[in-house]
Amino acid sequence: MIETQSLVHVYEGGTRAVDGVTLTIERGEAVAIIGQNGSGKSTLVRHLNGLLRPTEGRIVIDGVDAATRRVAQLAATVGLAFQDPDRQIFAGRVRNEVSFGPRNLGLVEPELSKAVDEALRATGLDGDADTNPYDLGYSRRKLLALASILAMRTPVVVLDEPTTGQDARGVALVEAIVASLRDERRTTIAISHDMRFVAQTFDRVIVMRAGRVVLDGSPAEVFDEPNWPTLASTYLEPPLPARVGARMGLGCTPTEASLVAALAARSAR
Amino acid sequence: MLELRGVSYRYAGYAKPVLHEVDLRLADGEIVGLIGPNEGGKSTLCLVASGLAPASIGGQLTGTLTIDGTPAAGLKTHELAERVVVGFQNPNTQRSGIAATVFEEIALGPMNLGLPVPETVARTREAVGRLRLDHLVERDPQRLSGGQAQLVAIASLLAMRPRHIILDEPTAQLDPEGTKLVGEALRALATTGTSLLIAEHKTDLLDGLCHRVIAVDGGRIVLDGPTDTVLGDPRLEGELGVEPPSRVRLARAAEDAGVDPQLVAAALR
Repeated sequence: MIETQSLVHVYEGGTRAVDGVTLTIERGEAVAIIGQNGSGKSTLVRHLNGLLRPTEGRIVIDGVDAATRRVAQLAATVGLAFQDPDRQIFAGRVRNEVSFGPRNLGLVEPELSKAVDEALRATGLDGDADTNPYDLGYSRRKLLALASILAMRTPVVVLDEPTTGQDARGVALVEAIVASLRDERRTTIAISHDMRFVAQTFDRVIVMRAGRVVLDGSPAEVFDEPNWPTLASTYLEPPLPARVGARMGLGCTPTEASLVAALAARSAR
Repeated sequence: MLELRGVSYRYAGYAKPVLHEVDLRLADGEIVGLIGPNEGGKSTLCLVASGLAPASIGGQLTGTLTIDGTPAAGLKTHELAERVVVGFQNPNTQRSGIAATVFEEIALGPMNLGLPVPETVARTREAVGRLRLDHLVERDPQRLSGGQAQLVAIASLLAMRPRHIILDEPTAQLDPEGTKLVGEALRALATTGTSLLIAEHKTDLLDGLCHRVIAVDGGRIVLDGPTDTVLGDPRLEGELGVEPPSRVRLARAAEDAGVDPQLVAAALR
């Protein structure tokens, strides 16, 4: 379980990026964090593995105050894939890149190879194990950064804009990864601007504005019409099916599947 | 007008070309969307159309790139930069690293074109206004969120008021509002006669913006036509790995559920 208690982060220079966030995320939850650019999403999640330390407030992970843990210790619990994969990639071969994390966490053969192979398969990179990461295009370098985190088998996986730059197949891979993490009762926390991906992939959506949480609930709750003004205040729009469903008086239908189901139910009547 | 004729291109160190026999013409004021699966050749086409490949990154090009009637092969780097500007997926690759504030960063482009100071300032202010970056002008460009950095990178390009602009996933890291602002700014730029080529996965953005859309796969142009026709092509989702725009997806979902797509279309209006 992850708890943030009145978390505040002020950057050097005075930017108050996170301004009092109190949240509880249970084990096995799949949570999306959304909000306008600069609303504090990335700053918030970087506290979870100790990359940033709170200016005020606390982070408690599985009952332990994160302040008492070193980054290396937190890394065994929380894996974080950066928005920009090039901040993360350094090895000369895809396989070495993916093995680095789990090896540092003490994983040894044959488990190490197994973890690496699984992560490469999940991200569709199994054919590229011997490729130099910089011979991969941007979208596959993003998947590589994701594979490196998956291979660490951390109980918590944090993904900063995982679908950025992905084509339809890449988005489908990421959706499948979140689903399998959920099956394994691992926690996924993802930052995203892709409302369709958010609505159809996550159980819970947290909306941030100016460093604070303004909405928190299931996709059907958060994207429900009464919340649209709040979403608009942080430069977000509900996904198109939610807007269509509301216009047609079908209630909140945040995904295409839920809209189609509601339409079918109405025409059956 | 920017025109590619029979262009094939091979990267330095590669055995085979990655673009084959590409014919593409961007008329003045025309906005052309570029879609296709990852590693199908979109980014390479952007590099070639902007003249960066092979002039700056080497490799071998056959065929011709002509810019406003002048073959690009005969242009010096600065002459090329005055005619065509290019924006990349990752804004960090574009940041100058020498500007102390966001305002200076955006002003750098027009300044380097040798424009007088009042003109440079006026253009910078206009770009800042269009993308609503007023609150960030004093910020250190290195202290921006991913999306803010991307908006600043686009503002830098707008301030140069180029004749031709090539953008490789300009909105990948932007929130929905930022994406909308960029769309409006690009549309306004096109009305001044600038031609645009925009590689994007966000077909919803291209849907409302482009006069024409082309799809590239395997290094070849496989679809080229009016926006409605190409984005409604059934091959998008399957063969090309491109997510169709929401309105197309919804119309199909309604049809599958036995609901009159006109009903959904009406709710979208």
